[in-house]
Amino acid sequence: MLELTQFLTSLTQRMPTDSQHSNYHPPALEFKSTTFSVPVLVLANNDIVIIEHQLQEKIQLAPEFFKHSPVVIDLQELNKQDLNIEISELVNMLRSLDFLPIGIRGATTQQLKKALELAIPAHTGQNQAPLTTDNTKPQPVKPTPVAEPSPSTASTTLIAQPIRSGQRIYAHGDLIVLAQVSAGAEILAEGNIHVYGSLRGRALAGVQGNIEARIFCSDLQAELISIAGTYKISEDLTETVRNRPVQICLQNNTLTIKDL
Amino acid sequence: MARIIVVTSGKGGVGKTTTSAAIAMGLAKRGHKTAVIDFDVGLRNLDLIMGCERRVVYDFVNVINGEATLNQALIRDKNCNQLYILPASQTRDKDALSQEGVGRILDELKKDFKYIVCDSPAGIERGAFLAMYYADDAFIVTNPEVSSVRDSDRMLGILSSKSRRAEHNEEPIKEYLLLTRYSPERVKLGEMLSVDDVQEILSLHLLGVIPESKSVLNASNSGTPVILDEKSDAGQAYADVIARYLGEDRPHRFIDEKKGLFGKLFGSK
Repeated sequence: MLELTQFLTSLTQRMPTDSQHSNYHPPALEFKSTTFSVPVLVLANNDIVIIEHQLQEKIQLAPEFFKHSPVVIDLQELNKQDLNIEISELVNMLRSLDFLPIGIRGATTQQLKKALELAIPAHTGQNQAPLTTDNTKPQPVKPTPVAEPSPSTASTTLIAQPIRSGQRIYAHGDLIVLAQVSAGAEILAEGNIHVYGSLRGRALAGVQGNIEARIFCSDLQAELISIAGTYKISEDLTETVRNRPVQICLQNNTLTIKDL
Repeated sequence: MARIIVVTSGKGGVGKTTTSAAIAMGLAKRGHKTAVIDFDVGLRNLDLIMGCERRVVYDFVNVINGEATLNQALIRDKNCNQLYILPASQTRDKDALSQEGVGRILDELKKDFKYIVCDSPAGIERGAFLAMYYADDAFIVTNPEVSSVRDSDRMLGILSSKSRRAEHNEEPIKEYLLLTRYSPERVKLGEMLSVDDVQEILSLHLLGVIPESKSVLNASNSGTPVILDEKSDAGQAYADVIARYLGEDRPHRFIDEKKGLFGKLFGSK
């Protein structure tokens, strides 16, 4: 997933500002800055056939979900290993599978140029792939799962304000909350969750299946806690752990709550 | 610089309109030119509480639709010439309010008024959303019971994520807690949440505690904001609220149990 805010903000700044014309019309348009969540396709292999095959497998799992889904192509991993990929082939293949590529990142200058020719904008802000040649051998690497974001690109989300009832926070990496999480609020993270105020709402760590994720909190009063889908509700929390600073982790598929 | 204050709660019946009337009157009495707007289109009450129901000609929706000017619709209060009321329409519903229209009217009011008090309807739907959208300050009215506290918490979440200030990444709305219908006796009996209990959940700046009081009902029935009843505990509590909002330091009263005659005589607890 990728935040598009920066992209839209820079777009807004490029707007010309001459509006002093004689006959006044109320503004017919407005540029706004918004944040979207967009799937990022992180490639770990430059073989188009293998990519297409594995993508088809993913699509079969959820055909409706992927149909006409926008996607940002991430070439950072490939370029780290000095593996080139033909952008036009990749884009055509994605389009044939009903994906709508809307951006590229981690690409080399050459790749960016080709992407632009196909009307695919570059996303900056993420570290560009190094253009230097490493000593890594240019050969296909082991076929790793495709559409999963690599943990190294995920960053930590820090929130200093209280999270109120009805609010929902999603972090692609770790989530640190310095204030309370109210009853009826929901915090989710692909990584670990730290809460330094009272945790009264729901906290779900490792939501993309990371069983190593943990929840740390200074005052456990949660409605629900979950790690990688294994959960406990408030009723299951014994008095020995309630209102205490604890850490929660998965051990042998069981949620374990330990004093901090 | 004019400030827009929203009086909101999420839950109904907690005292939003009573509070809106009291603080608008309080600010006006202090010499600040103040307008109070009823956002409860279809269920208007503010005009009754302010005692101007017989002078309503045009309303908020008329002004939004351009059927009347703001000056035609604003009603000058009969007790205080610094206070104006913009009543809601009773024959329309909340869909008659447009975000653009509300913004336009607030902008116009800001030129002329120091404070603009927006009396929010209950709920978190359109009326409540528009009442809080343009706000600079929010008075969260809460009763000391769990459902009201949770609804207030929800409303705080909306203020911090859906307001204009949040959308434009500006300094967030200043949020103040007003605990109303508070009864120290019932807190002592364990029938009501205490100030500390509520603060633990909401952790907000406490602007004041308004005691449960017969004077509030009397004031509503007679159409005079309770803050004008200077002898009443609720009236004094609202006066303290205004003082604190304007930056004065006032100790909190009405949090502890009233001492009975024996208590006063013997100084017992």
